[in-house]
Amino acid sequence: MRAIPRGAGALSGTVLSLVAAGALGAAAGTGGFTFIYAKGASYLGHDAAACANCHIMEEQYGAWLKGSHHDAAVCNDCHTPVNPLGKYAVKGLNGFRHSLAFTTGWFHEPIQITALNRSVAEGNCRECHADMVGRVAGPHGEGETISCIRCHESVGHLQ
Amino acid sequence: MTANPPPPGSEPGRPSRFAPTRALVVVAVAAAGITLAVAALLVNIFERKQEARSTFVRAVALDDTTQDPARWGEDFPQEYDGYRRTVDMVRTRFGGSEAMPRVPTPQDPRDTVSTSRLDADPRLRTMWAGYAFARDFREERGHAYMLEDQMYTERQRVAQQPGSCLQCHASVYVPYRRAGNGDLVRGFRLLNAMRYQDARRLVQYPVSCIDCHEPGTMRLRITRPGFILGIRAYRASQGVPDYDVNRDASRQEMRSYVCGQCHVEYYLQGPDKQLVYPWFNGLTVEQILAYYDSVGQNDWVHALTGAGVLKAQHPEFEMWNQGIHARSGVACADCHMPYVRVGAAKISDHQVRSPLLNVNRACQTCHRFSEEELRSRAEAIQATVFRLRNAAMDALTGLISDLEAARRAGRGEADLATARSLQRRAQFFLDFVEAENSTGFHAPQEAGRILAEAANYARQGQIALRDRSFRPSVPR
Repeated sequence: MRAIPRGAGALSGTVLSLVAAGALGAAAGTGGFTFIYAKGASYLGHDAAACANCHIMEEQYGAWLKGSHHDAAVCNDCHTPVNPLGKYAVKGLNGFRHSLAFTTGWFHEPIQITALNRSVAEGNCRECHADMVGRVAGPHGEGETISCIRCHESVGHLQ
Repeated sequence: MTANPPPPGSEPGRPSRFAPTRALVVVAVAAAGITLAVAALLVNIFERKQEARSTFVRAVALDDTTQDPARWGEDFPQEYDGYRRTVDMVRTRFGGSEAMPRVPTPQDPRDTVSTSRLDADPRLRTMWAGYAFARDFREERGHAYMLEDQMYTERQRVAQQPGSCLQCHASVYVPYRRAGNGDLVRGFRLLNAMRYQDARRLVQYPVSCIDCHEPGTMRLRITRPGFILGIRAYRASQGVPDYDVNRDASRQEMRSYVCGQCHVEYYLQGPDKQLVYPWFNGLTVEQILAYYDSVGQNDWVHALTGAGVLKAQHPEFEMWNQGIHARSGVACADCHMPYVRVGAAKISDHQVRSPLLNVNRACQTCHRFSEEELRSRAEAIQATVFRLRNAAMDALTGLISDLEAARRAGRGEADLATARSLQRRAQFFLDFVEAENSTGFHAPQEAGRILAEAANYARQGQIALRDRSFRPSVPR
């Protein structure tokens, strides 16, 4: 009486293990394929073209190709922090937000920069142009800080 | 596994021997769920990639005789969808249209119309006394209504309207070519000379795809002979001979010219009512009035004052030309038909409408301020122009009532001539802004200047009636 259920249990356990392993494998396989198909690895690199993969940034990419910073900086140089930890944290956060927005279609048109990303860009202006802005940066008026990109909005890309 | 496992279900609190099984089931279900989500994402990415790749699918063949917009819509469903939405009736602060119910009559079967501008401002009846516009003038509705609203306006009943009106109230490209045996301009001249009712039988649709697009390439093109001839005359006045708009205009210029085919000042020349754009000297209000003066054009004789006067008609193209947006290279389509994203593809919004109803796409593409800020900037300009317009309107109706009184008092024709000529001038200037559909926004400074001058001419007319030695600041 005990041998049959035990044997059946072992058999069903093995089948379940195989099913679970198969399901995990299928998830890994489709995930891997999706990653390759969506050029996932490109997002880890430095090539500006990756930012226009999903079509939303085509105007910005096109404008940058014609912009004055084209020879000096790619998207990452202005839009991600210099330190590696901050860089990948910002990439990860924006990557998630952009994927969600483009997949669902829930986003404002024309696209608008967030406060965090604006501060990252501002920080990078000052990072590279430290010699020049060291003399002009500082409080202007009552507690107002001066913004580089308010006036120099077209240096990276006008749109 | 323990060496001596307890029987199933026994000793609650201890791990059952089915726990690993349950875990496996959870893992399998979770993995299946993940696979499902990833597959859904994969398909989404695939669809977006396809959208980015194929701009259109040719479902039906279009040629130079395909008038029906629904057939074009089979090839361009997104654009057609927007085009159909021009039926929407939405009010803006100073314009737009809102749906007003009305009881249909045998003469006019419409059960919805827009609000009457004459009731909103009865001074318009005084300005247009003796002209059909004093009988019926309403807020303009969307493109979808252009033919219907023209057919049923009361203006049709108080005056015999000519076929010329149809150039801009119907899809006329194919009818003109048919009537002219392939010659567009000849067909245009033939239909102009017909009675409205006779010409109406030759047209079928309101403005359609074929009126702005070449069927093979979808390139923008000009099909209205009035504009083709008008812009040629205008360019000639600027020293550019033999201007052919379909050959010489850039794509960005065409994105305004296709609208300028109709949203312009015009007049009907001679007994066969040929439609002419008065751009022989230039596009400003003075240059246009100078042309009318030079050819002795009067649209009608004012019923109250006896002055030969003119009606300005929606000079949007001319006004826009004087404004900062035109100078910056911004086309009509940039604000009235802004780009809209459909998935990964980008199309022009064919629901042509007020940018105030679409601030994010129309304005925010260039102006980085909130929608509320941008709307309030535009409305501040319009509110200023509207106040100036009211001041000029008061001045004009003041002159009209003084002239009327002077005429009743039996003063001679020669005695009234200066005041009448000033009425003609003041009235055309005022109407140039009044009839223009932007309440001054297309060129705020120019609109303000024109209204200030209109008020000045009207008040000078009043002075001229009181003081015979008065010399006005404009040539009579």
